[in-house]
Amino acid sequence: MVKKWFATNKMTFTFILLGLVIFLFIIVPLIRMVVTSEPNTLLVTLFDAEVRQAIWLSLYAALIATGAGFVLGVPLAYLLARHEFPGKKIIEGLIDVPIVIPHTAAGIALLFVFGRNFFAGRVFHVMGIDFVDSTAGIVVAMLFVSIPFLIDSAKEGFKKVDVRLEKVARTLGASPWQTFFRVSFPLAWRSIVAGSIMMWARGISEFGAVIILAYHPMIAPTLIFERFESYGLAYSQPVAVLLILLCLFVFVVLRTLVHRGEKA
Amino acid sequence: MIRIRNLCVKLADFVLHDVNLDVKPGEYFIILGPTGAGKTVLLESIAGLYQLKGGQIWLGGKEVTRLEPEKRGISIVYQDQALFPHLSVKDNITFGLKLRRKSKQEIEQTLDWLVELLGISHLLHRKPDTLSGGEKQKVALARALSTKPQLLLLDEPLSALDPENREGVQRELRRLHNQVKVTTVHVTHDFEEAIALGDRIAVIGDGCIQQVGTSEQIFRQPNSEFVARFAMVRNIFAGEVVGGNGENAVFCTEGAKLAVVTDLRGKYHASIRPEDILISHAPFPSSARNCFCGSITSIADKGSTLYLTVTLPPDFTCLVTRNSFDAMGLAEGQKVYITFKASAVHIF
Repeated sequence: MVKKWFATNKMTFTFILLGLVIFLFIIVPLIRMVVTSEPNTLLVTLFDAEVRQAIWLSLYAALIATGAGFVLGVPLAYLLARHEFPGKKIIEGLIDVPIVIPHTAAGIALLFVFGRNFFAGRVFHVMGIDFVDSTAGIVVAMLFVSIPFLIDSAKEGFKKVDVRLEKVARTLGASPWQTFFRVSFPLAWRSIVAGSIMMWARGISEFGAVIILAYHPMIAPTLIFERFESYGLAYSQPVAVLLILLCLFVFVVLRTLVHRGEKA
Repeated sequence: MIRIRNLCVKLADFVLHDVNLDVKPGEYFIILGPTGAGKTVLLESIAGLYQLKGGQIWLGGKEVTRLEPEKRGISIVYQDQALFPHLSVKDNITFGLKLRRKSKQEIEQTLDWLVELLGISHLLHRKPDTLSGGEKQKVALARALSTKPQLLLLDEPLSALDPENREGVQRELRRLHNQVKVTTVHVTHDFEEAIALGDRIAVIGDGCIQQVGTSEQIFRQPNSEFVARFAMVRNIFAGEVVGGNGENAVFCTEGAKLAVVTDLRGKYHASIRPEDILISHAPFPSSARNCFCGSITSIADKGSTLYLTVTLPPDFTCLVTRNSFDAMGLAEGQKVYITFKASAVHIF
């Protein structure tokens, strides 16, 4: 039987109150920003080429970062889920470091590797790829700060796949590759997609690491920051609202798709 | 068929060493041992899924010690069946066939054969999580047999089932083996299951094989305390069930006819738990259908309880508490009556 909400005990009641406070804290600023914006201004902003370019660049760069993270991160996640080896805990800890360090500091650190004073940066320079004030720099910054979300989620997904399913597949004639692509990967797919969505979302929202490597070309968060600095709240608001609405829209659509796949 | 020499595997907390086994072609071979004896690891080693520390494995005259599992032609059925949850029953069964790039026609043929063999045509389009335990077991068997393996490994195939299903699936396994004749290695911790199914039994424990033999040899002549602990605590008799319907059935074994309750007829085994047998100085009227006179031939003192062997013949092992042993003044050589209900006799 479902309990009536007023019949719950005092602890539950207190917890509901506390939970409500933090929930409102999250939701009220967003709602207030959206509802106080002028529809006309929004429309004008939408047709502002600079704004559209910035939002497009945010989505696009984050997508490339997620793609790179997918190709490089999923195999590592599988290794971490399936094998025990000395130093594994340390590796797992290091993978999560990008989450805990200040992102401006992360950007500085990246400059040390991808700037032209280090061989990696020079090698890429010879190949025609520069990371300072370029899309490549934006992608690298996004990749660095958002990859832990994909690796962690994929790792948990692989862990939930029973090792015995892989063993049975092997006895039925599947090579390790076939076992991975026909059993492990499809079964962990949902976690991997959820992690990719998180990674992408985190990439879009990145600001600190990106501006250290590439203030230009401007991604949406940089544009919001610049308009706020130069023209004030009223000018940064429509861009912020647009970015939020767009992110929410994409996020909801993707979540629904994943959820629907779950039921099918 | 399969020959294992000096097999050695390391587990988390102990080692399985010097395992030597020979399984004959077409044999139903049981590996019997307590939980945690490394039975699953032994099976996985045979299948090539577990790293060996030492030893060799031959399969059909060919050494396969270092061969990848996908090239061995050995199928395995796990206790929890391990069906692929993202695939339908049909796709589960044809998984191995598709990997082998068999023609559509060949896949259909094999599928039809298996579906008929196991009676699962109505399940083909279901997903594994909608199946009952017994149904999952059949699908897992079909999947394992689909690749026509040289060797079928069964890891505790009955222990995840509830008791009502267990006997049915047990009979199914026997029938399947008689029909398909695939060499089978079945691991279990259940002594009765081992006797009911196994052509031969290997008892495993304390990290190595303790005894190999027919079920008769194992429970009549256990070669060690370890095997005896498995076998002797129960009264197990080989014999034949005859008689009319249900309750009127009689189990005939050497020297005694026991009233039993079963629908089975023919050659089976009967077991009676030592604690289900009453001991008295004189016969007494009761609802129990079995009452025999015998003499106490040996007494094993276990502290608060004692195991008495009462010889009719055959020998019955009976459990009494220290209190009743003292109160009744029981002693070796004494004549006593043993009484137990027909329903206390398990036929398998």
